[in-house]
Amino acid sequence: MSSATFRVWRGDGGEGALVDYEVEVNEGEVVLDVLHRLQATQAPDLAVRWNCKAGKCGSCSMEINGRPRLSCMTRMSVFAPGEVVTVTPMRTFPVLRDLVCDVSRNYAKAREIPSFTPDPALGPGEMRMRQEDVARPQEFRKCIECFLCNNVCHVTRDHEENKEHFSGPRYLMRVAELETHPADTADRRMIAQDEFGLGYCNITKCCTEVCPENIRITDNALIPLKERVADRRYDPLVWLGERIGLRPGLRRDTPIVPNTRRTPR
Amino acid sequence: MTATTSPAPGSRRARIAARTLRTDRWWTGPLLTALGLAAFVVYATARVFQQDHYWVAEHHYLTPFYSPCVSASCEPGSAVFGTLPWEFPWFLPYALVSLPFLLLFRFTCYYYRKAYYRSVWQAPTACAVREPHRSYSGETRLPLLGQNLHRYFFYAAVLISLLNTYDAAVSFAHGAEGGFGIGLGNLVLLANVVLLWCYTLSCHSCRHVMGGRLRSFGGRPVRYWLWTRVSRLNTRHMLFAWTTLATLTLTDLYVLLLSSGTIADPRLFN
Amino acid sequence: MSEITPQRYDVVVIGAGGAGLRAAIEARLRGKRTAIVSKSLFGKAHTVMAEGGAAAALRNANPDDSWQVHFRDTIRGGKFLNNPRMAELHAKEAPDRIWELELWGALFDRTPDGRISQRNFGGHEYARLAHVGDRTGLELIRTLQQRVVQLQQDDAAALGDPEAMLKVYAETAVTELLKDGDRVAGAFGYDRATGGFLLFEAPAVVLATGGIGKSFKVTSNSWEYTGDGHALALRAGANLLNMEFVQFHPTGMVWPPSVKGILVTESVRGDGGVLRDSEGRRFMFRYVPDVFRSQYAETEEEADGWYTDPANHRRPPELLPRDEVARAINTEVKEGRGSPHGGVFLDVSSRMPAEEIMRRLPSMHHQFKELADVDITAEPMEVGPTCHYVMGGVEVDPDTGAAAGGVRGLFAAGEVSGGMHGSNRLGGNSLSDLLVFGRRCGLGAAEYVDSLSERPTVPAGAPAEAAEAAGAPLAREAGDDPYTLHREIQQTMNDLVGIIRRGPEIERAIEVLDALEARVAGVRAEGARAYNPGWHLALDLRSMLLVSQAVARSALEREESRGGHTRDDFPRMSARWRRVNLVAALEGGRVRLRRQDLPDLRPDLLALFDRAELAKYLTEEELATTAPAEEGAGE
Repeated sequence: MSSATFRVWRGDGGEGALVDYEVEVNEGEVVLDVLHRLQATQAPDLAVRWNCKAGKCGSCSMEINGRPRLSCMTRMSVFAPGEVVTVTPMRTFPVLRDLVCDVSRNYAKAREIPSFTPDPALGPGEMRMRQEDVARPQEFRKCIECFLCNNVCHVTRDHEENKEHFSGPRYLMRVAELETHPADTADRRMIAQDEFGLGYCNITKCCTEVCPENIRITDNALIPLKERVADRRYDPLVWLGERIGLRPGLRRDTPIVPNTRRTPR
Repeated sequence: MTATTSPAPGSRRARIAARTLRTDRWWTGPLLTALGLAAFVVYATARVFQQDHYWVAEHHYLTPFYSPCVSASCEPGSAVFGTLPWEFPWFLPYALVSLPFLLLFRFTCYYYRKAYYRSVWQAPTACAVREPHRSYSGETRLPLLGQNLHRYFFYAAVLISLLNTYDAAVSFAHGAEGGFGIGLGNLVLLANVVLLWCYTLSCHSCRHVMGGRLRSFGGRPVRYWLWTRVSRLNTRHMLFAWTTLATLTLTDLYVLLLSSGTIADPRLFN
Repeated sequence: MSEITPQRYDVVVIGAGGAGLRAAIEARLRGKRTAIVSKSLFGKAHTVMAEGGAAAALRNANPDDSWQVHFRDTIRGGKFLNNPRMAELHAKEAPDRIWELELWGALFDRTPDGRISQRNFGGHEYARLAHVGDRTGLELIRTLQQRVVQLQQDDAAALGDPEAMLKVYAETAVTELLKDGDRVAGAFGYDRATGGFLLFEAPAVVLATGGIGKSFKVTSNSWEYTGDGHALALRAGANLLNMEFVQFHPTGMVWPPSVKGILVTESVRGDGGVLRDSEGRRFMFRYVPDVFRSQYAETEEEADGWYTDPANHRRPPELLPRDEVARAINTEVKEGRGSPHGGVFLDVSSRMPAEEIMRRLPSMHHQFKELADVDITAEPMEVGPTCHYVMGGVEVDPDTGAAAGGVRGLFAAGEVSGGMHGSNRLGGNSLSDLLVFGRRCGLGAAEYVDSLSERPTVPAGAPAEAAEAAGAPLAREAGDDPYTLHREIQQTMNDLVGIIRRGPEIERAIEVLDALEARVAGVRAEGARAYNPGWHLALDLRSMLLVSQAVARSALEREESRGGHTRDDFPRMSARWRRVNLVAALEGGRVRLRRQDLPDLRPDLLALFDRAELAKYLTEEELATTAPAEEGAGE
């Protein structure tokens, strides 16, 4: 048992301050354990969002010493003895209170993406997919929706005005997932660029760096999606081929789901 | 927040003045990247416009910076495909037909983009560190929209890599006594060319072309095999990007030192 | 309270885990305006913690499988105390529910010919679990979540508003069900983020709130598992069935202390992991009970052979049903043969190459690496029992999910409902349970709404009363701190009504819990209403205490050991008790128990078992009246 100094952001509506606490720390504990001890001993109303405490649900995202992390997977042993541990809410999303952010924007973005569209002729149990085909989208389905990638991405973190037309790594990866789903029949390449803002991504890989599931978001989802978009609209040879009818049927672009942007209240 | 998707009214981001609360030395990465890139650019620029010491006639060593040599002023034997009828002025590199493509291949490369966006353009300098720009449009507008042409520069790079391979192979046929021979220069050229292939084939566009673009690998075992191989290489794309900058520099430097007579080529066989 | 604007729905689903989402999807598909109320964010429900898979006789791994065999395994696992109709519906419908997920975008692991791959699990005769590595629950919840979104997209296109027919109220907790006579009229709750109160007016409410594990100290359950649905049902006049049956998963992490209880998936054993004591002995061979003797291997060679050639070998004893393994580990530790941190060793590293482990058990590898500095590809894990699942729950009609007792319009599905799993749930049967009965519940609720001639109305004063009760802990000047009270409940349940129970200890627990009543009623929370975890816990305590009382009283009443209920003072299984369902109801604010007969197995289902096996469970009289079923017990 030892003690540590925790510097925790407390406040709401955007206004707040870092508050220092001296708190007990035991062997093997993670940052979330220490925050819980703060709640039980010094700050009963300290707002922390958490759920499974096993790195599986993606609820306890926050920034610890400036780095976006899951607090349940950040062990106290990573800090040097005597190091002050600064804990703040994610900086990209509006803060509700203390360490809890309003992440509803993400769910709104999810709704804009045309859903999985299988061949309507397929009945239950008739789907045949190969392991090597499902392996690609399966990597993206490991996502626990902690939104650390959408939080760290500078496109909206540093430029809030982009939030309207940039869905963030999480949802561009969702598009990539659907585009590599072997049984999907829709084509979301045009809207990936025009509606979900793939072009804003400058592949600087912070999303990959913070992903607690170690999904290779940039290399396996975003860059392949960029290449697919290039196929669809930036490749002159493909364009020419379509014009002279070598690749008919390519122009079946799936539009963004109607009435999902700006929900009527 | 009652519904999943409607933001709580009046809520704002936590106002924290610090540019970042990171306590590690996050600036070392971008700094080293910037220095590394600058060093190469300075060296390469100097050499490309030097128009000298690029060819070792005895062993047919040609530096990759001058391949293919297409000026009428190229040294005899160095222009394997012949030359244009004009002698290039000082501001035109002798490898005019390849260098722009190689430059663009690397400029539009997904790894180098990350490297210079972070270290040179500072967008962002490091993760969770506020960037200095007032606005940001990424790769949505010209000229950066042109990054989408990476695949064409990849195709060009394949052709140029073939040429470099030819250069390296030919030099084996010029031993000290004529005929087959191996010197240190051969090995340098060879290693450089192997790593150039690694860099070129590990390219993300290559991965896409080989099979990444398919929705299903069903019935395409060859494409799948190729894709898995390239995917494996691709995980080391950054490593190859830096190693080839080093080997290009070292190869060129070696040719420069030989060609200027500063050192002699140690021969292993003939 | 004039500030509360009522939200009108046809069906309100409380809980957004697998059962809740599946119920909501079904209700919406039947044209009902549906609300999903969830304590957490959308897609974070406890279902994501399910790792191994969803059991369904798809017959992809073994063509000999069938719903009958699945049914038989389920009944065996539950020690013949399951509601037979539920077990039958479950085994029959599980395959359709899995295939349906595929059409909604789920990506299960595949067999070489492109079908859904199935894995082995404890108590299942054949490889039966559809899975995605060791994160099947996440896949399930994500698929259902995305199906909800898809339906919302349809509504957006057709009606202009994605939330016109199906809306998710995330981070919203329900504190009270409101009734019009004996009919459900709505639900009252609060928004955790803002602290604002909400009133739902709806003729049908589906409970899908999951379990009660947060009443125990060592648990694999998250904070949500406070037994809200169980308590709401009791207070609304419904019954709870067999609450004494609490499953302790044999393998939870034991070290470091802060992660004690976190689940280690059964897939580790299904894929070849073995349990060893401190001397390196594979102790499970000594713990095969008589009723399972014929189905399990007796030597290590035989057990090892099963992994590659299941047709000619009996199963390794590590794959006994969970209650058996948990008790065995408990005994080993108690008798001094445990690992350094009070567990036993679970080793998969000697069975498979590291690469294979990383592929099959990636999240286990990650979990141990990150949280315990243990590399499971090179060294054994330390594991011990952890509170995992409650078999008991709301007594429901098997076909519609309608709650029995003195309330209409209340439905329950998933872990909050009782009966399906008898005295012990088989691994993998939970995910399929959620889907099968989630759908049936949504259907049942929709049909109930259709059958009504007029909507029930919320009594005028009820919302204000509920609001006052909910706000009370914040208004108090004095009172116990909720964290302390929570710790006391957990410690009591863990120590006195835990994995091994004794009459006097349970009596002591009941005393302690009863004494806590007044303190919980007077709990005080500091701070304001916006996102205040202390206040949230204060409100959850009421449910936890009530449910704990139901568990303790039922545990004291049942004087036998069966499945998830082990009495040290009554160590044997009793054929007489097998016929008894313990039904808990609330009378005058106190939990009262009543004994009720378990429905009989239909003759055709009874014929699935041979007489020798039945003799281990049934009474002499039952055996005598049962038609001789010597044949037809086909393996």
